[in-house]
Amino acid sequence: MRLVKELALVGVSLLLAFAVGALVAKVSGLSPLAVYRELVRGAFGDQYRIFQTLTQATPIMFTSLSFLLAFRCGLFNIGAEGQLYMGAFFGAWAGFTFVLPPYLHTAVALLVGALAGAFWGFIPAWLRARRGTNEFVTTMMLSYVAVYFTSWLVSPRGPYHGTQWANQTVRVLASAELPRFVRGMQLHWGLVIAGLFALFLWYFLFRTPRGYEIRAVGQNPRAAQYAGIDVPRVMILSLTLAGALAGLGGAAEILGTHRRFIEFFSPGYGWDGIAGGLIARAHPLAVIPAAILIGALRAGGMGMDRAGVAPSDFVTLLQGIVIFFLVAPELFRVFRRLRRERRVLVHSQP
Amino acid sequence: MPAEAVRMEGIVKTFPGVVANAGIDFSLFFGEVHGLLGENGAGKTVLMSILYGLYQPDSGQIYVRETPVRIKSPAVAIRLGIGMVHQHFMLVPRLTVWENMAVGWEPRRGPFLDRQRMRLRVKELVEEYRLEIDPDAKVEELSVGEQQRVEILKALFRGAEILILDEPTAVLTEQEVENLFSTIRTLRDQGKAVVFITHKLHEAMAICDRVTVLRKGKRVGTLPISQATSEKLAEMMVGREVVFKVKPKPVPKEGKVLLSVENLTVHDERGLPAVRDASFELFDHEILGIAGVEGNGQKELVEALTGLRTPRSGKIFLLGKDVTGASARDLSQAGLIHIPEDRQATGLILSFSVAENLILGRQREDGFALGPFLQLRHRIYAYAQEAIRAFSIATPSPRVPVQNLSGGNQQRVILAREFGRNPKVVVAHQPTRGLDVAGMEFVWEKLLELRESGCGILLVSMDLDEILMLADRVAVMYRGEIVGIWPKEAANKRELGLAMLGGKVAAR
Repeated sequence: MRLVKELALVGVSLLLAFAVGALVAKVSGLSPLAVYRELVRGAFGDQYRIFQTLTQATPIMFTSLSFLLAFRCGLFNIGAEGQLYMGAFFGAWAGFTFVLPPYLHTAVALLVGALAGAFWGFIPAWLRARRGTNEFVTTMMLSYVAVYFTSWLVSPRGPYHGTQWANQTVRVLASAELPRFVRGMQLHWGLVIAGLFALFLWYFLFRTPRGYEIRAVGQNPRAAQYAGIDVPRVMILSLTLAGALAGLGGAAEILGTHRRFIEFFSPGYGWDGIAGGLIARAHPLAVIPAAILIGALRAGGMGMDRAGVAPSDFVTLLQGIVIFFLVAPELFRVFRRLRRERRVLVHSQP
Repeated sequence: MPAEAVRMEGIVKTFPGVVANAGIDFSLFFGEVHGLLGENGAGKTVLMSILYGLYQPDSGQIYVRETPVRIKSPAVAIRLGIGMVHQHFMLVPRLTVWENMAVGWEPRRGPFLDRQRMRLRVKELVEEYRLEIDPDAKVEELSVGEQQRVEILKALFRGAEILILDEPTAVLTEQEVENLFSTIRTLRDQGKAVVFITHKLHEAMAICDRVTVLRKGKRVGTLPISQATSEKLAEMMVGREVVFKVKPKPVPKEGKVLLSVENLTVHDERGLPAVRDASFELFDHEILGIAGVEGNGQKELVEALTGLRTPRSGKIFLLGKDVTGASARDLSQAGLIHIPEDRQATGLILSFSVAENLILGRQREDGFALGPFLQLRHRIYAYAQEAIRAFSIATPSPRVPVQNLSGGNQQRVILAREFGRNPKVVVAHQPTRGLDVAGMEFVWEKLLELRESGCGILLVSMDLDEILMLADRVAVMYRGEIVGIWPKEAANKRELGLAMLGGKVAAR
């Protein structure tokens, strides 16, 4: 019943978004019909394009899972982008530094990436749980630190400047690469790993005592404390794991798509994760279609640009409109909850 | 014959799965205080929320001053001269009293707020209705009772002639209740129409001119207070004769000390001592009542005893073991359970299902989980079904979110969960607060059952009658100190009442 309602809500939101998008296109002197035709064709037109969509969706799936895991614990992980970068760089580093048999090397590199992301999640987690620092701010700020730190690492003066023509590392060893499905196409096994993690996260949150505790802390930290749950520890755990998921996504993106760390490689996958997690209503399994939708917007947008039916600015605008409409209902709910909580706090201490 | 303020005819309101109002008639005159009496979930608040425009009735007609109206929103209600004071105040703590009046209603002078005019008008109203509040005081500095008067003032300021007070005494101390009653009398004498929502019989008897009793969404009857007696109203409320009192059976005691508190000092959030040098012992087969006016350190005492707050100094022994500063988890595993004061904010996770709430704090126990990897959901549901039966929890299924349950049933969920842990010591903090008669009796009986089985129970309550009825011994807390402990036989209401207010007392 709830599922039907939520799906209907998503459907209506999408229709509204496309209606507004069409209006904007019309006003901008573009043909709405052509715009949407190219969008759909760009995203799903043929095998290549479908694969492009899924390639885009892969890291977004990871960052969406990252966002929702923290969100379920009542925390806002705005910094998946930074955790993604940390995971990406250190995943690459493990990929070109260690010498290991194939598959094992890949697994180790992914693990190293996840650990780097976990570390980047742990810092704001610890600050929040032990010092009460607002994680919204710290995760976001640390995100920039990570993006520019990794950029420095591969800059001409940095220690891992691997090639002359660009700020990037050397290629990872073939043994560390995440295999692709089809030769010549970027889509790689990271997609399957992301899907498995969505499943795993669903199980973790809804079928294990620890997941229960995370949800309890997210819904009512006071009651969780009363029940003997170590609230700070659970918070640290969930935000650290959230960092690990984003880091894993970064490592998978490098080992599967780019095969080396490139500065500023992410077009904002970390930020897309916020949208993805909210569109999915913080449900791990719903993240899969949500990420594919955002991936389709990205891939389709590129197609639109290439086909020349709309300038890239318009493409970005349209993506923004669609994501806004999809996220808005959930965002209203979140704000309403925050406001109610604040009110409760105000009045429970007369 | 006084003028009719409100007439509601055949009001029906249903929510998914619940008929809140099943065709209720209600009338209200100017110059009267009309009590709306009923158990929790009887439909009182819903009926008045409809009058205030917060809900739309499914059917029925409302007349205000004998004119049919449709009240689509609180804004419409305000324009019709209807004001409502909710249980939770809607005030801005940082602003002064008169500034709070301006929220949502700003007299303008050009583009600016006409501050002078506002302040004067507020002052006039305060004097006219003898509300005894300083219009220039900041709301955050006011006591709960004063804040409530600010809410009343706000309604009057907006021109309310018809005033709805939703369980106004729930948050007040005895003295504040007296003040409120005198305010209400002043309002009535000035010709206002007042609706007084309550589930407390003696309050209805004390302040109302007429009483309408609701039960399960229906009107049982309306009668002038001269024809009402407590027994009659109680019978109307619950539909059967109620035995008000439960009676503790005499039980043999072994004289074992279960919980011992020595020179305990606990600080509050501001770092000020809230419990000072408190010492007492709790024995087996015993209920030790902690009486006192709210805010005299009971909350901090309970939190220190249950592991939610670290004491500043002193010692706590549970079954002979030093547990000072132990965590809530350790304590509950050692056999101490806690019925928290605020069941919705502390005792439950409202969005979780009944079954999930029934294992809160026990989620890692062997019966409910296989190590850290799996919740045994079939076991959890089986256990939940069992608990629902044993504690007669009214819920369509264990999967329903606990927020859909009534207050009394929510409390049963907590009791079922906590009593299921084989407690040795129970810390019950206001366990019957806000419950209806049936709910109270249920809690009392359960506490007495535990007492008979040998538990030691610390019953912290603001309700002296409750304590005198149940407790074997009564301790009184005043300003953080245990000012005396009386055996039941030696305790009388007058002396305890005096002690609660800081009067000199005989030695313990």
